[in-house]
Amino acid sequence: MNKIMSDKKIIALYTLPALILLLILIYVPIVLTGYYGLMDWDGIGPMTFIGLDNYKALISDHLFWNSAYHSLLLAIFSVLSLIIYLAISLVLASQIKGADVFRKIYLIPMLLSSVAIAQLWMRIYHPSNGVMNRFLTSIGIENPPLWLSDTSLVLFAIFVPILWQYAGFYIIIYYAALRNIPNELVEAARIDGATPFQIAYKIKLPLISGVIKVTIVLAVIGSLKYFDLIYVMTDGGPNGASEVMASYMYKLAFRTNDFGYGSAIGFFLLILILLVTYLIRKLTTSREDNVQY
Amino acid sequence: MKKKSLSIMTSLSLASLVVLSACGSENNTTTGTNTNNSGGTEENVTIEFMHLWPQGSSADHNRIVNQIIDEFETNHPHVTIELEVLENEQYKNKLQVISSSNQLPDVGMTWPAGFLEPYVNGELFAPLDTILDDGLRDEFVAGTVEAYEINGSAYALPLELNIAPVFYNKAIFEENGVEVPESYEEFIDVIDTLVDNGVTPIALGNRDRWTGSLWYMYLADRIGGSDALNSAIDRSGEFTDERLIDAADKIQEMVAHDAFVAGYNGLSDQEAKSEFMNNNAAMYLIGSWDLPNFTTNEEVPQDFRENVGFFKFPEVEGGDGDINSWVGGAGVGLFVAENSDVKEEAKEFVRYFIQEWGKHSVEDAGVIPGTQVNTDEVDLPDLFIDVLDELNNASNITLFADVQMSAGVAETHLNMIQSLFGNDVNPEEFAEAHEQALSEED
Repeated sequence: MNKIMSDKKIIALYTLPALILLLILIYVPIVLTGYYGLMDWDGIGPMTFIGLDNYKALISDHLFWNSAYHSLLLAIFSVLSLIIYLAISLVLASQIKGADVFRKIYLIPMLLSSVAIAQLWMRIYHPSNGVMNRFLTSIGIENPPLWLSDTSLVLFAIFVPILWQYAGFYIIIYYAALRNIPNELVEAARIDGATPFQIAYKIKLPLISGVIKVTIVLAVIGSLKYFDLIYVMTDGGPNGASEVMASYMYKLAFRTNDFGYGSAIGFFLLILILLVTYLIRKLTTSREDNVQY
Repeated sequence: MKKKSLSIMTSLSLASLVVLSACGSENNTTTGTNTNNSGGTEENVTIEFMHLWPQGSSADHNRIVNQIIDEFETNHPHVTIELEVLENEQYKNKLQVISSSNQLPDVGMTWPAGFLEPYVNGELFAPLDTILDDGLRDEFVAGTVEAYEINGSAYALPLELNIAPVFYNKAIFEENGVEVPESYEEFIDVIDTLVDNGVTPIALGNRDRWTGSLWYMYLADRIGGSDALNSAIDRSGEFTDERLIDAADKIQEMVAHDAFVAGYNGLSDQEAKSEFMNNNAAMYLIGSWDLPNFTTNEEVPQDFRENVGFFKFPEVEGGDGDINSWVGGAGVGLFVAENSDVKEEAKEFVRYFIQEWGKHSVEDAGVIPGTQVNTDEVDLPDLFIDVLDELNNASNITLFADVQMSAGVAETHLNMIQSLFGNDVNPEEFAEAHEQALSEED
């Protein structure tokens, strides 16, 4: 076996199918998107080369910056919500009674498709029949907020199901990382008289810092390209109040037949995400990363 | 066109579209060799046909389509029809993706005017004048084929025709002692009375935006006459026309009178419809495609169906509009692909389909076809007959604004409609944004 694995030709042969698939399905479309971004094209007729005009238009497109701002808010919100997930995981991992049941409860939203979640929350938010407003009126609030049609509220109304949707995913990651910490370390700290809070803060968190960094990157990338729930729940409305970059790109390409411009936004999004990912890695990398137990 | 039922599939993201387009490339036309058992010399051909009425969400439509295809195949033994069925939104996306790689099916469905234009400019659809000149033209309701004509040639033939009446709940009207309004002032009085009695006057799902556009179009028509809006769109006039601004102002007046259901800007048309159908709202402005729900649909409680009536959008005092003018227009139509290998057979199929559809669609699916319907011959509920008769008396049918406009301007229009209803813009800004989008198109 070792002999086979040291043969470079065999390695090349084994990786070839995956590489070809990756090229065709991921890299070729990326290059094509970049190419279409330089065109004036309605997606149907002939293309006209217009150089960087689409990108210049992008810079002065306030609708795009509006959607970019919403994506940024979502990214900040997602990263902040990681704190909640982490707190829950710390409790779950400290072997409290019924931790198993709770873990499953948190996991369930992950099993639902985004569309199902969107449909569910649309019913919760329904202005007259929804659970939310029924509850608010029952405790005496006469004009409860119109969650999905109020331009100042809609974005935050959508953030809540997103937080709920991803809770399971991050909790599982944190939970697994926390359970990997050798018990002796925690035991030793406890014998030395550390409080549970000190154990969490001074021992557990530093030990899983690598995982935390990964989840931050995941949360930021996920937020920047977020699409599905918003598309189903509000379609970016009302009046663009919940538009994000990906939904704006979709609208341009498929609703207004502006494929060239849509592609330019897609490509810009790619560059932006690469850049942000690089920056986060750069900012959070430190020598303590390689923890040895 | 307007039946945007929210299906699970609408959530498909761009990623899955790439997959769809990849699948599309397999659908090359196959022309079989001669194995015709009828002994003729015709080669066996396959016509690919793509439509948007899946069995799940449009069972009646789907059934009639299959019936017509079966009959056609029996009459033309050398032809096989190969079907591909997609949901509305998905259909639109796929059509766009496969057009860019020139892999359209031989026969498919399209929408008129603004939607059709890029396809015609890209020379993807074949002109269908030959089958129209064959006598088919006379069978259509006047003005329907025109929606599919560009530079004098028809590039698709309409299957549906719709007008949008204001449906209302007779029982709610009676309980609150209000009458069908004949003028805008009376209309506002009706709204005020209903609001005072704690009844939601109008169900509106303006998340879909075209629903709000219907209200605006009617007001523009009643104030400015049938051409104020049309001429602003075709650039012989301007959107900053006072009459069009006045129409926008009236929308906000209605909003100020609490005419619409709470949270209308965040509700989908489906949600609004269920408010109306659950007796929670007194009125609902929608196209005649919803008639089956108010007449024959067995799943809807009978006492509700008996309570539904409709009225023509009221006239506005001092306006140029006519109460017999309607907002509506042709729905989907059939096209033949320009680069189809079996163009002649495909055209023959379209001709056959249009005629058969005209015979079956009203009675069996509650769809008003683009071809004329003789109301004496069909067995239909009264409400249906009344709408069909109104259609025959119509002085004018103004095509849905978002269909008339090019896709880019339509998007601006629809966004502005939502802003107008949400009081985020004033009528002047509303008109100005349209004017700007339209003039940039030139």
